[in-house]
This record gives sequence, structure tokens and C-alpha cells, in this order.
Amino acid sequence: MRAARILSSVAAAFLAGACAAASVVEVPVETPIKPKLDASAFDRVYVAGFLAGGEEDVDANIETVRLLRSQLRNKASLRVIEADVLPLMDAAAGAQEGGAATAQTPLAAIREEKDLEPYEKVFERKDYWKKIGDEYQGPLIVTGSVIFVPHQRSGYVQREQETYDAFGRRSVVPTRTYMDRKGYILKPKFIFIDGRTGETLHTETFREEVLYNAEQSTPALSAYFELMDRLLPSFLATLSSQSIKGTRMLIR
Amino acid sequence: MAALNRLIALTACGVALSATLADAADRKAAQQQVDFGIRVARQGLWREATYRWERAVQLDPTYAAAYNNLAVAYEQAGALDKAKQAYQKAAELDPKNASIKQNIELFEEINDRASRKDPQ
Repeated sequence: MRAARILSSVAAAFLAGACAAASVVEVPVETPIKPKLDASAFDRVYVAGFLAGGEEDVDANIETVRLLRSQLRNKASLRVIEADVLPLMDAAAGAQEGGAATAQTPLAAIREEKDLEPYEKVFERKDYWKKIGDEYQGPLIVTGSVIFVPHQRSGYVQREQETYDAFGRRSVVPTRTYMDRKGYILKPKFIFIDGRTGETLHTETFREEVLYNAEQSTPALSAYFELMDRLLPSFLATLSSQSIKGTRMLIR
Repeated sequence: MAALNRLIALTACGVALSATLADAADRKAAQQQVDFGIRVARQGLWREATYRWERAVQLDPTYAAAYNNLAVAYEQAGALDKAKQAYQKAAELDPKNASIKQNIELFEEINDRASRKDPQ
């Protein structure tokens, strides 16, 4: 009698489980995301150049221009204008002085974010951007600033450590260890300007950081690319539609 | 007087019973729409699925599953505002449903990314 009761409860549990499983269906979905900026009025894009500063081993202006141009060539519908990178620091110094830059204008080095402030006035100079736009038949202009600075932080880090017991069985134990870590912070600000009018259409700012073990020697340039890789999808999503794949649960 | 009271009570019971039967019939019809929608969605026919689930929520506006599925279909179509509303309704109707909660978490990730705007 008791065995029959146990058997029936097991069967009931199994049935309930089967019903629950059947009432939920997992399906793949692909969500299209519209671009944040309507760039339909443009057929060409000019990645002009960036105010850059921080780590001296990496020319963040040149590297960012190169990287964005190559990404836009492959992943956006706009044609990429291959032209010289703008000497934006000179133009910014000119904006600071209220006129054109001269050889005598001293250019203070940009080491951190706050050093950018006086230079950023250049982005408000509609006449300057319209003139650049006129040169290239009114494209969409991508400019902005890129700060790439070394950074270090020490503290406790949780790591997984492999251990083997007397019988040779492997297990992974989380351990907390004090570590000195070095890395980089990347803070780009992308500004999209209408080359026909010189007006700013859209701005995107990002902040990414990476930390490595202090004993590990990671070249600044590879850290720069590692960080840029993380934010490129968001940058591209500004100009072109994207689709995000995933799964969802349909229920009965 | 007692006979009148009994008659009123009987009428009320009859009305309640017929309403319950009508609700049950609506739920059954809505369930059929939901099932059909799931079948066609699995074949990638999302427009048809959307139509079925929209019909299901019309038939039974208290059917959380129909709202959840409709939200998924709206997501698939890129109609994120409509998806958000449908998920909210599904969660309101069935706040403890783990599948709805999971879908909403995944949806919010995408919605945040799509609606992320910078202060100018």
C-alpha cells in the first residue's frame, strides 16, 4: 500500500514536470535595433580626427581614425572618405585664441580629461566644420576626443585555484589574493557633425578600463585595441542598424 | 417574500455561472490562439504569431502568457516600446512567473542599449 502511494506520487511529480516543461518553449529571436542617428541624408562619412591625449606610446588620434574608418568601411552603408587626418589640436588652439592657429600658439599637452576642456570649443565652431564639410561635399563628420591613460589599482582579487587531493582528484577553490594591477582607461567621446551645416547631430561617450597583473607586460597598443573592441558595436549601432540574437521563452 | 428572495438568488447564480462559462470559453479560445501562435513562431512565421497573440489578448485580457508571447513577437519585430508594454502587462498579471521574469531581464538589456542617449 505504501509502495503504491510512493509510486503514484512519483508518477504525479513526473507528470507535473512534463506538463511544466511542455508549457514553456524556448525560441531563438533576433531583435533589430534601429540606428541611433538617422544618417539617411548622407552618403559619405569623414572620420576627421580626434583631440587625443594620455599614454604617449599610442597616438590615439591616428589609431582611432584608422580603426573607425576600417570598421565603417566594412560595416556601414556610408562610403568612407579617405583623406588626411585633421590637425585638430591646431584648430582647437585656434579656437582657444579666437582665430586661426599660428606656429606661435602654445599647445598644452592633454594628459587627462580635464585638460580637454579648453580645446573642446572647437566642436562648437559651426563655421569651421561647415568649411571642412564643404571641402568634401557635405559628408557626415565624425570627430571628438580620445583619452587613453595608464592606470593602476591594488587590492584583493578573487581567483580560482586548482588543487589536487591525496588521490589525485582535481578541485577548483576560489581564493582571495592581494594583487598589484596595472592597466589602462579609455574614454572616447564621439561627436557626429552635419558637414552641410556644421551642427552637432549626436554625441556618444564611453568609458572602458582594463587591468592586468602588474608582473605581466602588456603593450599599450594592444590594451587600446582590447578596449576599443568592447565599444565598437555601440559606436557602429549609432550609424547602422544591428540585430541582437538571443532566445526567449514562449509560454502556454 | 421568501420565494422572491430565492428567485433573486437563483437569477444571480445563473448570471454568475453564465459569466464564468463565458470566461472559460474565452480562455479556451485564447489558449487555442496562443498554441497556434507558438507553433507558427517556431517555424519563423512571426507575423502570423503576432496576429494570433494579439487575438488572444483581445479574447482574454487577463492571460499573462499571451502578453508574454506578444512581447517576444514585438521584440522580434524591433517594436521595443510595444514589447515593453506587453511585458509589463504580463508581469502585472503573473508576477511570479520565472519565464516572464527571465524574458524581461533579457529584454531590458537590449532596450537599454537601444535607448542609450548621451546628454548633449
